[in-house]
Amino acid sequence: MSTIMLVFIWALLISAFLCLYRIAMGPTPPDRTVGIDILGTIVVGFCAFMSLYTGKDYYMNIGISWALLSFIGTVALAKFLERRSFDE
Amino acid sequence: MSETIGYIMITVGVLFDVLGCVGLVRLPDVYNRLQAATKCVTLGTCLILFGVAVMGFGSGQNAMAVKSLICAAFVLITSPTGAHALARGSHKAGVPLWQGSVIDQYQEYEETKS
Repeated sequence: MSTIMLVFIWALLISAFLCLYRIAMGPTPPDRTVGIDILGTIVVGFCAFMSLYTGKDYYMNIGISWALLSFIGTVALAKFLERRSFDE
Repeated sequence: MSETIGYIMITVGVLFDVLGCVGLVRLPDVYNRLQAATKCVTLGTCLILFGVAVMGFGSGQNAMAVKSLICAAFVLITSPTGAHALARGSHKAGVPLWQGSVIDQYQEYEETKS
């Protein structure tokens, strides 16, 4: 059972590094923003997985707050890309 | 029994996550990347969270399971909203489509509106 846990951890780490590649190499700013958004969602999955692995439930609190903060950051970056002011 | 179901759901979810990130790297322009990555990663993360919920209810850790369901609801609400705002923002910012794209209905809608 520990082996399959290790395989899951490495798969999620590889996905996070693919997102980091897109953030580093993205030719336009929206590409980098897509990478940041997807990286946030993968970190939420990783928090759920760590909660299962250690048996502690407070990792899920980190996941919930990370999901909400990542959403706020994505929407703020999208409004910035659209060149609108923030009080519109 | 619940442990087996949970492990199957987590395995499928991790597979969807990895394939979505491969799509994020391999596809040609920002709209294709958004399409592949957002849908695959939302489904994969929600499957991981539902699998954790099933295993938590099965092993008596109810706090973990309920928080995982709440987190799945948040991801299901916020991820498509963020992707929609991002696609609209990048279209308004003038990011060009891939040269093999055949249709741009948002552009046609903007032209008929004005």
